[in-house]
Amino acid sequence: MTWSMDSIATEVLACEAERREREPFTDEWEDMTLWEGYAVQDEALRRRLARGEHLTGVKLGLTSKAKQERMNLTRPLLGWLTDAMILPVGTPVSASRFIHPRVEPEIVFVMGRDLVGPGISAATAMAAVEWVVAGVEIIDSRFANFRFRAPDVVSDNSSSAAYVTGGIALRPDQIDLGGEAVSVEIGGQIVDSATGAAILGHPGEALALAANQLAERGLRIHAGQIVLTGGMTDAYPVPAGAQLAFHFAHLGSIHIMGGE
Amino acid sequence: MSPSEDGHTRKLEEIARTLADAYVTKQAVPPPIQSHPELTIDDAYEIQMCQIRERLVEGNLVRGYKVGITSVAMQKMVGVDQPDFGHLMRDMFHLEHMPIPAADYLQPRVEPEIAFVMGKELSGPGVNVAEAIRAVDFVLPSLELIDSRVENWKIGIVDTISDNASSGGVILGSKPTKLDGVDLTTVGCNLTVDSQLVATGAGSAVLGSPINALVWLCNTLGARGISFKPGDVILPGSITVAKDVRAGSVARAEFTGLGSVTAVFS
Repeated sequence: MTWSMDSIATEVLACEAERREREPFTDEWEDMTLWEGYAVQDEALRRRLARGEHLTGVKLGLTSKAKQERMNLTRPLLGWLTDAMILPVGTPVSASRFIHPRVEPEIVFVMGRDLVGPGISAATAMAAVEWVVAGVEIIDSRFANFRFRAPDVVSDNSSSAAYVTGGIALRPDQIDLGGEAVSVEIGGQIVDSATGAAILGHPGEALALAANQLAERGLRIHAGQIVLTGGMTDAYPVPAGAQLAFHFAHLGSIHIMGGE
Repeated sequence: MSPSEDGHTRKLEEIARTLADAYVTKQAVPPPIQSHPELTIDDAYEIQMCQIRERLVEGNLVRGYKVGITSVAMQKMVGVDQPDFGHLMRDMFHLEHMPIPAADYLQPRVEPEIAFVMGKELSGPGVNVAEAIRAVDFVLPSLELIDSRVENWKIGIVDTISDNASSGGVILGSKPTKLDGVDLTTVGCNLTVDSQLVATGAGSAVLGSPINALVWLCNTLGARGISFKPGDVILPGSITVAKDVRAGSVARAEFTGLGSVTAVFS
């Protein structure tokens, strides 16, 4: 089969809807570029909006060095968030909704102003942030065993699936984000921890990068949207019955349960 | 002492001698467990104590203790479900920002830790968290300089305990913080080596809380008739994975709210 950006957009949306995993498109379309991946991502977003979903913001992926090394990719990735991906706090991560969901703690920005690249620095990016909250992103690649190359994962909306936001909101000048710690608790035991510095040195750097990268496609981050700045730690599987908690130093805790 | 017990003691003393020599020759040795697969954890602590007694005879002094293998990931890697401990001797303490000769060590690494300084004597067993917090005077930001006298860090639990829990040195920061009002579990830590951020973590990575490590150690030492003395420095375990350092390295650990500590290697 010869893939086009149009047919890939159809296929990734179908995989998501049918909870079906597949092999990377780049197995068949070897010279597919990152930019073609983003064109697929944007086309899939248009279709999501056409079917009634609302755009809620942007996510970044692979913003920590450890993750970039594991995935053998060097550039952070962007993805779109819609209201269909909102998981209200306390809702179990249901095994029947996802393929192989994993969860990771993130620092989340709620934008007070539009942010338009290029030329955005961490400082100017932070000036556009109204609130900082804790978040947990549920990622769920539509590729078997999370095996993919950059154009594949980008066309798959950078593995976006769902997200939870925490209940404590702080103004950006009230929190040291580079020193904000998070502890990962699984089954009551602390298994991992990190700080906001794991996100490109500071989550504000990730926000600036997102604005500048969107500008390359003529796009911007709008006031009122949220930005998920990327996993601070590894992503952890959430099988049915699993009990996970992410404890932030100043942004509160988010509990995640694995459901049927 | 029966002849077989006598032989056992002599064997442990020999292993202790081999490890002690490695400090002088700077030549790492094969893991003790390789040539003595029968060694137990108790044997390993006896090998460690042989070396500590020797240093005391030479005029050195015990100034504190370290707890090791305190993260779930590390315990899984070593295949144990509890930490271990080693001794901090007087000559192991270095000043921050003052060059530490890397050549004094075999294969040095740094680990960021929240160091406890005892204000009162504390004797286990049976010590709980409340008593422990009452006995701590303050905490200091610190870097532990770990090192292994065992080739290529090829250590199992018996090897590291025999080797003073892979201790090397301690670098203490200069900002003391009282424990009232500090939540040690949510203290964030950023470790940089040569200006590169190499690891981040939270206090909770240390057995759920660094104070848990202090309680475990106090109760473990108490069973051996040893108690913490005022002024003892207790390193409870690393917040992140350990990172290699060499001559010319600058390692810095920054702890949210607790200050920072910088180790310089020449």
